Amino acid sequence: MDASFFMNVTSAGLLTGLVYGLMALGLSVIFGVMRVVNFAHGDMMVVAMYAAFLMFTKLGVEPVMALPVVAGGLFVLGYLLQRFLINRFLGVTEHIQFLLLLSIAIIITNAMLMVFGPDARNIQLEASFESYSVGPLILDKVRVIAAFTAGGVAALLWAFFRYTTTGTAIRACADNPIGARVVGLNVEQLYAITFGIGTACVGAAGCLLLLLVDVHPHLSSDYTLLGFIIVILGGLGSLGGALLGGILVGLSEALSGALIAPSLKSMFSFGLLILVLLLRPQGILGKKP
Amino acid sequence: MSDNAINPSALTRRQFTATAAVGAVAASVGLPARSARAATPLKLGVLLPRSGHLALIGQACQRGAEIGLPMLKDLGYSVELMNADTESNPDVGRTQAEKLIREGANMLMGCFDSATTLAVAGVAEQKGVPFVVNIGAEPKITEQGFKYVFRNFPSAGMLGKGGLLLYKDMFAASGVTPKTAVLLHINDSFGMGMLGGINALMPKLDLPFTIVETIAYDPKARDLSIEVAKAKAAKADFVMTVTRLNDAILLVREMVKQQMDTMGITSPGSPGMYDKQFLKALGKYADFCSVNIPWFDPKQDMATALSKTFEKAFPDESCDLNVGFTFEAVLIAADAHKRAGSNDPQVLTEALRATNIEKRVMLGGPIKFEANGQNMNLRSAVVQNLNGRPTVVLPAESAEAKLVFPAPAFKSRT
Repeated sequence: MDASFFMNVTSAGLLTGLVYGLMALGLSVIFGVMRVVNFAHGDMMVVAMYAAFLMFTKLGVEPVMALPVVAGGLFVLGYLLQRFLINRFLGVTEHIQFLLLLSIAIIITNAMLMVFGPDARNIQLEASFESYSVGPLILDKVRVIAAFTAGGVAALLWAFFRYTTTGTAIRACADNPIGARVVGLNVEQLYAITFGIGTACVGAAGCLLLLLVDVHPHLSSDYTLLGFIIVILGGLGSLGGALLGGILVGLSEALSGALIAPSLKSMFSFGLLILVLLLRPQGILGKKP
Repeated sequence: MSDNAINPSALTRRQFTATAAVGAVAASVGLPARSARAATPLKLGVLLPRSGHLALIGQACQRGAEIGLPMLKDLGYSVELMNADTESNPDVGRTQAEKLIREGANMLMGCFDSATTLAVAGVAEQKGVPFVVNIGAEPKITEQGFKYVFRNFPSAGMLGKGGLLLYKDMFAASGVTPKTAVLLHINDSFGMGMLGGINALMPKLDLPFTIVETIAYDPKARDLSIEVAKAKAAKADFVMTVTRLNDAILLVREMVKQQMDTMGITSPGSPGMYDKQFLKALGKYADFCSVNIPWFDPKQDMATALSKTFEKAFPDESCDLNVGFTFEAVLIAADAHKRAGSNDPQVLTEALRATNIEKRVMLGGPIKFEANGQNMNLRSAVVQNLNGRPTVVLPAESAEAKLVFPAPAFKSRT
């Protein structure tokens, strides 16, 4: 195995990791602000993947172009879900929240099964078979598109929280919900917007992942689990941590697959998770509680 | 009692004549009724995994069982299907088999997966009901001494040996002999079984190439870029694969992206690369992939008729070996019933033992069963995708087109 092999493997891991990071951002945003762990995270992403799939097959809109519409739709879904359902369960014990979100996840998976059946579906773009050659490096075109779009969405999200009034208000809610209420912020409204932003991130990630993987209803549990690994690695509630966690998981899967055995690559993601839990339980970029 | 009722004590000659005439008519109606009982349709219990993880294949088999019924009727066969779903679970298969027998099935057919087939074989044996296996490669199915089990599908050994030996024919036909191969295989029980078979048979069959790298992967893998990068780094002359459907698509797509051109992508006998979804998903890149597998005999009229009927009824589905072997299983059952002239399981079993069907759909000689219930007259073909269609290219006597080996580079395809 020569150097170009390792360069190719590392670049593939890095690019996939960025998309993983975007997927985990939604989970991290919701937990960071509301302290609710969204166990229906992967299922919402599968909804987005099917939405992007339908937009491509019925309207001919490519997933990257469909991204704003799908993310917008998921924002509305998340907003309504928080406003009318999850909001009632804020402040209750964690296992009740867990059961609620698990129920939502099961309902979504079964609804997808009823509508689309169990078959895996994929889309074919001209770019699906294309790659960029940079010297010895061969970069998968769709992976590059997906990774750059993921980076762009993450940058937008960061700018929203940093520079907009709503973003600042959401950060205030995250820091001190009582204080935020005292100064007159509509906390319920801000929570609903946050949940909407979290699901919109998942929606964006779903559109991009459709470029890389086939969608089927049972995909959700895999990605919910992967999302948790990533945010725990990077630090729950940390935006940078989610991206870093995604990149670490992508790289560890790629390198362990190349150096040891591809069928063992998931083992290394979990190994990394255990290592971080032992050495830095709050995650790499997480704050101590 | 009315005045017109017959009173034996007061029977007139006229009344006696009338009664006798009615009796004669009744008797004359009764005679054909008895012969109709002998020709009562065969109640065939069909056990297939129509739900669960094998649902897609189970449904393909179900289509194979149903699509041929009008054709069989035209040939004078009389068969009625009693369908049951094994849910891809041997325990459910066993329970469903018992239920079908209780409900009057004269014969059983199924079950695609070997574990369920073995479970149902146990029930058939216990109840003394004949069981025709459509698909199921586990050697034990016909090596365990079952008296009521008949298999028209190659055992794993036959499948592996037939598939590997065809590589020699491929190289002879093309005049090109590669020296090295990289093997990419799924790591489920089927994939590991195939790997075991390949490793055991390779030294015995004196094949002209060696496997320089073996790469196992999860059939549910979402991404196979690393596996393909590793395979490419092995710099082998050609690729051998043991796949299912979705991973086969992922593999070839990734090979195109990573510009991994070899002499060919071949399989010694696994599903995936001949599937309609594979052809549709990969378009021109699906061409020249080949699989060595039992297949339709394009020279048999019945095969052509079945394919045409199937394509018309299910234009989006693959008319593949699942359809072919399941159709043949129904044909075998119906043929035994026709010859037996009875629905008695014992008589049907004897008729199955004497099976000799020359006009069939799959490649091989006449369908006949050995003492252990195995049909040995089965043959694999090299099926290569050409112009978007799985095409028999070897054996030469059944070939529809010439084998293309080495395959053209991905970039040169138009």
